[in-house]
Amino acid sequence: MDLAEKVLQGDRRAVARLITEVENSGKLAGDILKALHGRTGHAHIIGVTGPPGAGKSTLIDRLAKSYRLLNKKIGIIAIDPSSPFTGGAILGDRIRMSDLNTDPGVYIRSMGTRGHLGGLSRATADVVKILDAFGMDKIIIETVGAGQSEVEIASMAHTTILVEMPGLGDDIQTIKAGIMEIGDIFVVNKADRQGADRTELELRAMLELQSEPGLWVPPILRTVASSNEGITSLRDSIEIHYSHLTSSGNLDKHNYIRTKQEFLSIMREELIGLVIQSELSESQLDGIIMSILKRESDPHTEVSRIIQRFSANR
Amino acid sequence: MSERKIRVLIAKPGLDGHDRGAKIVARALRDAGMEVIYTGLHQTPEQIVETAIQEDVDFIGLSCLSGAHMTLFPKITALLREKGAEDILVTGGGIIPEEDIPLLKKSGIAEIFGPGTPLDDIIDFHRKHIRK
Ligand SMILES: Nc1nc2c(ncn2[C@@H]2O[C@H](COP(=O)(O)OP(=O)(O)OP(=O)(O)O)[C@@H](O)[C@H]2O)c(=O)[nH]1
Ligand SMILES: [Mg+2]
Repeated sequence: MDLAEKVLQGDRRAVARLITEVENSGKLAGDILKALHGRTGHAHIIGVTGPPGAGKSTLIDRLAKSYRLLNKKIGIIAIDPSSPFTGGAILGDRIRMSDLNTDPGVYIRSMGTRGHLGGLSRATADVVKILDAFGMDKIIIETVGAGQSEVEIASMAHTTILVEMPGLGDDIQTIKAGIMEIGDIFVVNKADRQGADRTELELRAMLELQSEPGLWVPPILRTVASSNEGITSLRDSIEIHYSHLTSSGNLDKHNYIRTKQEFLSIMREELIGLVIQSELSESQLDGIIMSILKRESDPHTEVSRIIQRFSANR
Repeated sequence: MSERKIRVLIAKPGLDGHDRGAKIVARALRDAGMEVIYTGLHQTPEQIVETAIQEDVDFIGLSCLSGAHMTLFPKITALLREKGAEDILVTGGGIIPEEDIPLLKKSGIAEIFGPGTPLDDIIDFHRKHIRK
C-alpha cells in the first residue's frame, strides 16, 4: 500500500512521513499530493496569530479540547521561526498542549519556517491538505504575528483569530497599520490581568473606523486561556463566522482565490525549474550575473534572451 | 531541491522538575541546524512516543534525574516497538549510574550521554546516526 492510501485509511505514521516528505520537498511529495487532492476540501481552516507570549498555544489547546467535546477531529500546525543563520529551530508550542498528545482525534505537527519569510513555512499549504485528507474537521494554524505574517495566514485560513493581551500598548499601534482588516475574531487573552478593559477599548475604536454596513463585524472576546474561561464563546464565534462565510458565498470566493494562488505558484515553480534545467547551467548563470554586475547587460535583457531560446528549442 | 533536516524530540519523562540540562542540549542541537521539538516537563512514555510519531523525529533525547530511568526508558523503547517505530533512535541523559548502561542499551537505548559529555559529541552522534 502506498503512502497516500495509508493516509486515507487513517495511518498516523504515514501522515507524519508524508509531512516530512513535503517539508523536505522529497521526490514522492508531488505524486502523493495528486492522489490526495480529490479527498480534500472538507476542513475548516482556522488561523491563530498574535504577538509572542500572548497565549496562542494555550488558547489552541483549550479550543481543541472544546471542539473534542463536539467530537470534531482537530489538526494543529504550530509554526515557529527557524534561525536564519543555522536553519535550526526550537519548536516549543507543544509544551502547552500536552494533554492532546494521546488523543486519537488530534494530530499536532510543529514546523520551522525554514527561511520562508511570511511567518508560515513553504510547506504549510500542503500540510493543510494532508490533514484535510486525513479527515480533520478543523485545522488550526499557529504563527507568531510579526508584520507580514498575519496577512499570509489570513489568505490561507477561512477564519483568522488575532490574539492580543493587556499591556502591549505599542503592539496595538502596529496592528493599526493595516493588520486589523485581516482579523475575523479578536481575542483579548489574559483578561485576568490589568488593562484588559483598555486593550478592548482600543481594539473597538480601531474596528469602528473600518466597519462597513452589511459586512462581517469582527467580535472582540475576552479569554483567560490558562483557566479555560471564555473558550466556549470563542468556539461559538468561530462557528458563527464559518456559517456566515458559507451563507454569504464568501467561502467559495475564498477557496477560489486560494486555489488560484496555489495553481499559479506551482506553475511558477515548475516553469522556473524547467527553464533553468534546460537553459541555464551554473556557469552560464555565473557569466550572466557577472555581465549584469559589470553593466554590460541588464537583468531584463538576459531573462528575455533565455526565454526566447527556451521557446525556440521546444 | 531536497534538503533533509534532522528532527529531534527532547523530552523529560518522570517527575523531576529539572530541565536545565535538557534545554542546554536542545539549544546546542538547534545551533547545529537541527529542528528540536521541546515538550516540557512530566511527560508520560505514551505522550513521548505519540509526539515522536506525529512529529516524525529521527531521535528522541530523554533526560531523567529522578532515578526512574530503569523503568521509564525501557517503557519508551517498548512502546516504540509496539507502534512499529523502532527506527527512531532513543538516547538518554541525566544522572545515570555506569552499571545501568548495559541494561539500558540492551533495552534499545542507542546511547547514554552522562554528565559532562561535550555538546559536540552529542551533536556528532546525531549527525552520524541520521535515519536513512
Ligand atoms: N495570566 C494568564 N496567563 C496566561 C493566559 N494564557 C496563557 N498564559 C500564560 O502565558 C504564557 C505564554 O503562553 P503560550 O500559550 O505559550 O503563548 P504563545 O502566544 O503561544 O507564545 P509563543 O508561541 O511563544 O509566541 C504561558 O506561561 C501561559 O501559561 C491567561 O489567560 N492568563
Ligand atoms: Mg505558542
